[in-house]
Amino acid sequence: MSALTTAVSRQRYSHPLMAFVLRRLAIGVLLVFLVSILVFGATQVLPGDAASAILGRSATEAQKEIYRQELGLDRSIPSQYWSWISGVVQGDLGKSLASGEPVTSFISQRIGNSLILALVTMIVLVPISLALGVWAGIRRDRTADHLISSLSLGLIALPEFVIGTLLIASLAVSLGLLPPTSIIEFGQSPLTSPSLLVLPVLTLCLTAAAYIIRMMRAGVVETLNADYVHMARMNGVRERRVIWNHALRNSLAPTVQVLALTMQYLIGGLVIVETVFAYPGLGQGLVQAVTARDIPTVQGVAILLAAIYIFINIIADLLVVLLVPKLRTSL
Amino acid sequence: MTEPVLRVDGLRVGVEHGPVIVEEAAFTVRPGEVLGLVGESGSGKTTVAQALLGYTKPGLAIVSGSVNVAGQDIVGTDEKRLRGMRGRLISYVPQDPATSLNPSLRIGDQVREMLKAHDQDACPDERVQEILERVQLPGDSSFQRRFPHQLSGGQQQRLAIAVAVACEPPVIVLDEPTTGLDVVTQARILEEIARLQREISIALVYVSHDLAVVASIASRIAVMYAGRIVEDGPCEPVVTGPRHPYTLGLISSVPDHVVPRRLVGIPGVAVGVGNRPRGCAFAPRCSQAVPACEESIPDLVRIEEGHLVRCIRWQRTPVPQVDPRQEITRQLAAAPLLTVSELRAEYRTRSGPVVAAEGVSLTVAPGECVALVGESGSGKTTIARCIVCLHQPTAGQITLEGKDLPGLARRRSQDERRSIQIVFQNPYDSLNPRRSVEDAVSWPARSLRGLSEREANAEVAALLERVRLPERMARRFPGELSGGERQRVAIARALAAGPSLLVCDEVTSALDVSVQAAVLDLLADLRRKLDLAVLFITHDLGVVASIADRVLVLEKGLVCEQGTVGAILTAPQSDYTKRLVAAAPSLSIDGDGPRPVEAFGDPR
Amino acid sequence: MRWVRPWSTRIALGVLLFVLGIAFIGPYFAPYSTSALAGIPYSTPSGTFLLGNDYLGEDVLSRVLSGGRSVILFGALATVLAYLVGGAVGLVAGYSRTRLDSGLMRGMDILLAFPPILFLLLVATGAGANLVALVIAIAIIHVPSIARIVRTAAAETSVRGYVEAAVARGDRTRMILRREILPNIWGPIMADAGPRFTVSILLVAAVSFLGLGKAPPAADWALMISENRSGITINAWAVVVPALMIAALTVSINVIADSIAHSLGKSVDTEALRR
Repeated sequence: MSALTTAVSRQRYSHPLMAFVLRRLAIGVLLVFLVSILVFGATQVLPGDAASAILGRSATEAQKEIYRQELGLDRSIPSQYWSWISGVVQGDLGKSLASGEPVTSFISQRIGNSLILALVTMIVLVPISLALGVWAGIRRDRTADHLISSLSLGLIALPEFVIGTLLIASLAVSLGLLPPTSIIEFGQSPLTSPSLLVLPVLTLCLTAAAYIIRMMRAGVVETLNADYVHMARMNGVRERRVIWNHALRNSLAPTVQVLALTMQYLIGGLVIVETVFAYPGLGQGLVQAVTARDIPTVQGVAILLAAIYIFINIIADLLVVLLVPKLRTSL
Repeated sequence: MTEPVLRVDGLRVGVEHGPVIVEEAAFTVRPGEVLGLVGESGSGKTTVAQALLGYTKPGLAIVSGSVNVAGQDIVGTDEKRLRGMRGRLISYVPQDPATSLNPSLRIGDQVREMLKAHDQDACPDERVQEILERVQLPGDSSFQRRFPHQLSGGQQQRLAIAVAVACEPPVIVLDEPTTGLDVVTQARILEEIARLQREISIALVYVSHDLAVVASIASRIAVMYAGRIVEDGPCEPVVTGPRHPYTLGLISSVPDHVVPRRLVGIPGVAVGVGNRPRGCAFAPRCSQAVPACEESIPDLVRIEEGHLVRCIRWQRTPVPQVDPRQEITRQLAAAPLLTVSELRAEYRTRSGPVVAAEGVSLTVAPGECVALVGESGSGKTTIARCIVCLHQPTAGQITLEGKDLPGLARRRSQDERRSIQIVFQNPYDSLNPRRSVEDAVSWPARSLRGLSEREANAEVAALLERVRLPERMARRFPGELSGGERQRVAIARALAAGPSLLVCDEVTSALDVSVQAAVLDLLADLRRKLDLAVLFITHDLGVVASIADRVLVLEKGLVCEQGTVGAILTAPQSDYTKRLVAAAPSLSIDGDGPRPVEAFGDPR
Repeated sequence: MRWVRPWSTRIALGVLLFVLGIAFIGPYFAPYSTSALAGIPYSTPSGTFLLGNDYLGEDVLSRVLSGGRSVILFGALATVLAYLVGGAVGLVAGYSRTRLDSGLMRGMDILLAFPPILFLLLVATGAGANLVALVIAIAIIHVPSIARIVRTAAAETSVRGYVEAAVARGDRTRMILRREILPNIWGPIMADAGPRFTVSILLVAAVSFLGLGKAPPAADWALMISENRSGITINAWAVVVPALMIAALTVSINVIADSIAHSLGKSVDTEALRR
């Protein structure tokens, strides 16, 4: 991995933390670059003729040929990749095959909706599931723990679209409490009609909470078993302090990792949940683009989501280093 | 005489709704006294140590009995008041400071937390500094801002002691406080504890598996076996004239570099917590047991002022005999079996290569036992690994019977591979848990001597007998064996190849001392019977004294001294060896003054 | 068979057998052809159509009886494929612990830096609704984490005394892997296999739900949910029954996997359940 990273690490930065950040960022850029090859390869190199898929079976061979030229599908693969990636670097993701609009405007129309959905989900999800996970860990093998653990074991195995569908069937259709779909006009903020957000948020929370709860419980159980926790109790430290200063303080780094994984999960979860509720976000747009084989749109959205995914990792790594004295001091 | 500050009576600790682990523990400790609590693994000594603070590991509970510190009852007190007593009346120093110190708390805060827990909210840096300096740690604020992982093992243990003494409790429990440390560091920590104890006249309970260490610090010794105290008395009489046969066995097992001797060991295996017999738990392993021993558990009887023994036949327990170590007489070999010359070995790490051994040269004659001694990180294990192809040396030459040995196993001939066999330190991973003993022991004969499965299996019984294991063991799996039994199977597996050199990498250091003695005795026996050469890697000078002919002392990858075992242990030349010899614990209390070289025999 | 003892596991086993029975024996008991337009779209349950009709008027019961097999088979296929590849990579990497190891693991890192569902969507864009490609893609998603688990287990095992003794004896590598290492890494693999099978099923179902798997008129539980969603207010059975079938399948597998893992002294590796 290296010319780029070693070049960065060889330079002597006065601040070791700065050097670490730069090194991680360089690796991140490299990863995004490698991922771009993957994105390009999967969409454009795999067998499957985009032209006939888009134009339909009735199109003549001549029509398809013109279309392929338009798309640049007749050029060599490296040159296709080169023209695509050089556009990406300059912020030009190409034009949508379906609408003819630039992919960037497709993204900017929808990304706000997705971000709002993700943000509201995190705000509801994180405090509740962290608390439940920690509680189950502290009350290990008691009734509360058994209840929380078995519920989360069941929930974690349920697909989002099953949870979403069952929620629609019960809360929206049978009881009529909430709207069954979350259709919003572009340009309108989803926050103006919060009732539309309830079911998507609930669906995402139920699946992601199970994951956070199980990971947190395992982490807390482990730290509560650590020698230093026993030692603190034998030193007569107050139980509240034992839990906060010893057990939870040392669970912080794993928590950050769990939260990063949760955010990464949400990227995939949004794709499905937005589709289930017809919520006009990036995920739903991506699925539509895939169905229509709108290659430039799929590529643009994919590289953006992958970059976000990698960026979350970098932030989490950095936080972990800052939170764990042993890692921090060995920089 | 002052009143005892710690009184323990009828203490019983068990698994919640399960078997009892510790039964009828009773003793008292006066201010200024050090009680050494000695026992092998599974004896219940740590359970007792923690119960003194009213604490048990999760899943255990104090069933009955009383613990009284400075007039206040610990057992039966509610959790809230108990919390206030722990640390203030009685505190605890754990075995492994590396895991017992919170990795996220700064040094100063580790001490401060103890003070705050006991309502000493005013804890300025100066107070913390004073406490740290009490255990010879620098107390300045830059040190206080460090984290535990930035300290050495010895410093971490000092810090743990500093935390324990912070609130100046009248009683401190030390649970194996030097077990993970090198001998030199161990000696310093022991000195430190003794000094503190003199200065502030506290009562100490010192828990350890190492009788020699305990004898060096304790004024009284209580020996535990299978959850009960079997002997309790002043240090001197217990060590020189033990009355319980288990204590005697223990003392006869402790290797000693001052007075080298044949180690005897105790036959059999300690009973597990669930399977304790109705009568004396030691009876099945005891040579002087009579049927009455198996009928009921003997009482702890007083045989002299302050000397108690739990044995109905204590009067028949013999006085400890010091058998001189058995010398193995043999022909002086013309040529060495193994030579290592100018060996250099490195480890690759992120920050470049680290030299593990440099310019190491040694020879092992046929039938000879050469010991490689050093502390952790001295490179002794790396040298052993180079000899058996588990590590590629960077430079140097290894020859077997004058022929050059390649560094890679697949470049060595089958006969060369057969001739050198290795036994490892950890008995719990030296055998494949999925293979029966028969399978494990017969395999080398198949792969290295070309025997058929039937021929190889036919040899298993004889090999097991050679390592003093019954034939029925062949059908067992490693999970059903004790540590000592596994190590014997590992030796049998090595013997199956028919080696002329056995490399033993710390083979006894994970074993209890009574089991270690038996394994060492077995190795001496094998050398005699099979004319087997042994390269013995160890950190323990006592073990060296009882088994080796010649010794190489390693310091940081370099051979700093070598010679016959007698010369090295009685008249060390290099500073490092001198320090090592001086720091090694020994049961021979009056062992000062020059020791006779003859005790080691004349190896050549 | 200690793992079957808890009552929750017994119930889960019962549920799983029931679902598997429906998926594999059910098709022979379907009263109608899965693609026969037998009734009025979205009509509610009646004596002739026990679960009513779907958006085209097909019999929901017949389609439920026939719609489980593919999801289970494709999920199993992807999982097995993933273990073959990931297991081999992990074993080689973990045992060799050389440059090969770090090279393989860096390669795996790249695959881990990608949201699984996004990867499936990309493959669907490139290869179309091609089930073989999707099964391979799901297998690829699992490969990095399986490789890691196997690598960790193999690396841990290969420093044990019995393996080092074999290396020092000069035993052949193939022999060491077969005799000493493989038998000792089944534990982590067993603890991991259950939840991973769950995830494979979830991904197959998600792809079908998004309309990128089996094409209509094929009967498929996930596809049924997406086809009949718009009629949920008229005949909810056409959506709820397939949803419940998928839920019963994945939850029961997960509960059983958890208790197998517990009996092996491990807890289910939640990492494997990452989506």
